[in-house]
Amino acid sequence: MSTIKINIVSSSEEIYSGEGTMVYATGSLGEIGIAPGHTPLLTGLAPGPVRVVNGSEEEAFFCSGGFLEIQPDLVTVLSDTAERAENLDEAEAIKAKEAAEKDLANQDATLDYAKAASQLAEAVARLKTIQKLRKKQ
Amino acid sequence: MANTKEVRKQIASIKGTQKITSAMEMVAASKMKKTQDGMLEGRPYSLKIKEVISHIASASSEYNHPFYEERKPKKACFIVISSDKGLCGGLNINLFKQVIAKSAELDAQGIESSFALVGTKASGFFKSVGGKVVAVAEKLGDKPNPDDLIGFTKVVLDMHKNGDIDQAYLCSNSFVNTMTQQPKVEQLIPLSPEDDGGPKSQWDYIYEPEAKSLLDGLLTRYIESLVYQAVVENNACEQAAKMIAMKNATDNAGDLIKELELLYNNVRQAAITQELSEIVGGAAAV
Repeated sequence: MSTIKINIVSSSEEIYSGEGTMVYATGSLGEIGIAPGHTPLLTGLAPGPVRVVNGSEEEAFFCSGGFLEIQPDLVTVLSDTAERAENLDEAEAIKAKEAAEKDLANQDATLDYAKAASQLAEAVARLKTIQKLRKKQ
Repeated sequence: MANTKEVRKQIASIKGTQKITSAMEMVAASKMKKTQDGMLEGRPYSLKIKEVISHIASASSEYNHPFYEERKPKKACFIVISSDKGLCGGLNINLFKQVIAKSAELDAQGIESSFALVGTKASGFFKSVGGKVVAVAEKLGDKPNPDDLIGFTKVVLDMHKNGDIDQAYLCSNSFVNTMTQQPKVEQLIPLSPEDDGGPKSQWDYIYEPEAKSLLDGLLTRYIESLVYQAVVENNACEQAAKMIAMKNATDNAGDLIKELELLYNNVRQAAITQELSEIVGGAAAV
């Protein structure tokens, strides 16, 4: 019986890697079953289970969304770690912008290269001094 | 000459500092293991998404994503990843040096720079030297959550979408080994196509629902994963650099104590000799 390779990963860990005779996943347009030799397909994943069947064994994993890539001999599930929605992402983006504004409220918008260079040179000189002190001893 | 009491006090104070630095060294050593594990845990995802992206690049897709598009650069954004805490040697400074050099180079070509910053050290630095900062993410901790960076990355990607920037650079330290961390500035957008150079194959994906929104989402995830990987790698670098810096500090304190103990004994002996000669002188006078 032919099998298909399956990898399920999320951005913080590898969830599953192995072989199966059939894979079921919840695509964004409905559930799909993938048998070995499936035509290349790319789809989004809706929150739901991904089931890997290998003979009589079956394993199920929950995915809170992400992407599914199918090659004839390979299935890759790129799972998200959290539910994603445009408006939630937007709220996060606003937070990052606000942090920038709060932190750097009244700073000059043009980068002072001379000042940056002199500050960095000073810091480097300090480090070098420490290193020299060490070598001497 | 200094008196014995003063020298003794100095030795005690350096010993106190030494205790702190050696404790910090040990803390960093144990954290380093954890942060390195974190770096490895995220690797499968970045490898897999890279694979998928390269498959897509080799497919004969009709749709060309804006992230691949080479625009005439007018504005660039630097994503600078630094540590939240200091005492890690030249880790952040060496990175900032490269960023400033690159930014100055672009400036000479008439390309404006803006900055998106991760870590308190970066925001502190750019606060003192100026520069247009568009987004900040701070205090992500030793085990950053990928979700904490979504908004941060989105700010930069949105700016690219709206045409506010034409290029993005990712600046972070890469972990070579415990002793060596290499600062690097890499071009993030436009993406260099992961094409193997071979002729384009004839097949294309079936896209459900449609190519544009799918590739949009996938490439966004790809860039997010690159940024996240850079953050966890920079974390591992920070702990390694901190361990080395604290080890050096502990060794230095040891050397200083040795020197001061020598001085202390000298002073003590000088005092005894003086006292003796005074007694002998006194006895002779009687």
